[in-house]
Amino acid sequence: MADFEKKQEPNSRRRFLIAATSVAGGIASIGVATPFVMSMLPSERAKAAGAPVEVNISKLEPGMLLLVEWRGKVVWILNRTPEMLATLKKLDSEVADPTSKKPQQPQYAQNATRSIKPALLVVEGVCTHLGCSPVYRKDIAPADLGADWLGGFFCPCHGSKFDLAGRVYKSVPAPTNLVVPPHTYLSDNQLLIGADSKEAA
Amino acid sequence: MSKRLASMADWIDARFPMTSTWKAHLTEYYAPKNFNFWYYFGSLAVLVLVNQLLTGIFLTMNYKPDASMAFASVEYIMRDVDFGWLIRYMHSTGASMFFVVVYLHMFRGMMYGSYRKPRELLWLIGMGIFFVLMMLAFTGYILPWGQMSYWGAQVIVSMIGAIPVIGETLSNWILGDFMLSDAALNRFFAYHVVTLPVLLVALVFIHIVALHEVGSSNPDGIEIKAIKDPVTHIPLDGIPFHPYYTVKDIFGVVVFLIIFCGIIFFMPEMGGYFLEYNNFIPANTLQTPDHIAPVWYFTPYYSMLRAVTVNFLWVDAKIWGIVLMGGSVAIFALLPWLDRSPVKSIRYKGPYFKIALTLFVISVFVLGWLGTQSPTPLYTLLAQIFTVIYFAFFVLMPWYSKIDKTRPEPTRVTG
Repeated sequence: MADFEKKQEPNSRRRFLIAATSVAGGIASIGVATPFVMSMLPSERAKAAGAPVEVNISKLEPGMLLLVEWRGKVVWILNRTPEMLATLKKLDSEVADPTSKKPQQPQYAQNATRSIKPALLVVEGVCTHLGCSPVYRKDIAPADLGADWLGGFFCPCHGSKFDLAGRVYKSVPAPTNLVVPPHTYLSDNQLLIGADSKEAA
Repeated sequence: MSKRLASMADWIDARFPMTSTWKAHLTEYYAPKNFNFWYYFGSLAVLVLVNQLLTGIFLTMNYKPDASMAFASVEYIMRDVDFGWLIRYMHSTGASMFFVVVYLHMFRGMMYGSYRKPRELLWLIGMGIFFVLMMLAFTGYILPWGQMSYWGAQVIVSMIGAIPVIGETLSNWILGDFMLSDAALNRFFAYHVVTLPVLLVALVFIHIVALHEVGSSNPDGIEIKAIKDPVTHIPLDGIPFHPYYTVKDIFGVVVFLIIFCGIIFFMPEMGGYFLEYNNFIPANTLQTPDHIAPVWYFTPYYSMLRAVTVNFLWVDAKIWGIVLMGGSVAIFALLPWLDRSPVKSIRYKGPYFKIALTLFVISVFVLGWLGTQSPTPLYTLLAQIFTVIYFAFFVLMPWYSKIDKTRPEPTRVTG
């Protein structure tokens, strides 16, 4: 075998043919792999899913949290009391992005309360760290979260903390504020999640 | 009769290397005569592998890889299929015991320097096995589609999404959807029952081929091939694997099976460590359980993932956590090149190595325990300290292993 290769080594024609065959084989392999790789992308059915959802919020009392499913994710609707809204200002120095500079919300929610209506927070209940759903902890200064806790959301997976506007605390694993999904009010009590305006839906 | 058998063997041997393979790998494979307790775990890992393959086949006969039916089909196996509970508990207990024996097998390698030249490639193949095993455990844990299945997968999948630039496309490609859903469960099932087991068996095969090429190491960390009988060329400190070590390993198998059966029959959930209580609740995509933790064999890495809470060098803490977690597993692969000690075995290594290894083991246990607890500021601080110790064991090894006071190795094994 070794002798055979040695004899053929100077033959440039053979070397060219080996290289050409290898390249052609490589291209053919990529071609054959393509349909298999593509078959793993989200299917047409998966792409078609994900229409906006309409929610009636007339029964949502102050302080209450409503869970809604949109595109397989949980969306929270929190009706904040005036006391709850008052905590936001106090926490400006504790949170990483107090003025919501990072694009985690539509333009119309880039304000002090991160919402269209000041009382009503609409936010994806998905931790920006690794996708767990944080827990709504409205109790003030509980034993496990410390005396400074003014209410907010706590992620049980890795300990990230968010305030009542979904702003992330400093020095926790999550890097950014919770995402505010596109949403709009169809009437006083009808909320549409997943579209920026009635027309867009 | 025996004459007829012998002629049958001859007939096969002329067409297939049966007798020569039997000899090369069993009756004339010479293993060091001083194997101790720590050398049981390689053969036990093969035993657990066979257990997983067999029980797994029978589980697929009743399991349904469909997000709306998976949880109920597992309960069906547990309640309505004759002996279904036993087969499932054998499989779930087997998963945890696989990690028990593999961790002990790896620890043996670290103690006696089994990864040192000429066994670097053997060690790397072993690392490949470890990686595939972790993938198998992860995909398998998703299948019952309970709360821990769903949220555990959610965390791992989000890590892929965190990769800069390509993360989101890659995550959609892996999940076959824009979120964790039925499509992902269905394909993870395919990986768990076809792709990964085939890979694992292939890697175990080449692990053994590589082992038999270089020969087994031993607690003294010396090469038995260095001193051979001048006439027979058999290592003077070697004994045939069969019957000597087959008999020893059968004893190990019996003791192991007593423990294994004890767990299956009396504590299959192992107080929530082998099967977590939250996984007896069907997956709820709207609510993460109040307390989530991975299964025990992943908790040390999980602790390191969440130990990083500060951004560093313009990179988010989140990315660093993922890098650290991946690094904590991958760094084992570098051991053959990090260890600069003139001797292989802990028996002849000096105090620095012994202290370092002790601290490493302590940090693995502490991190493992912390990973099962809810994060508090104190626990996060502890996780950070022990993460540093964990990595220091590896990163500082080139220095402390070199300046350590070693004792001279013997020329023959000491028993």
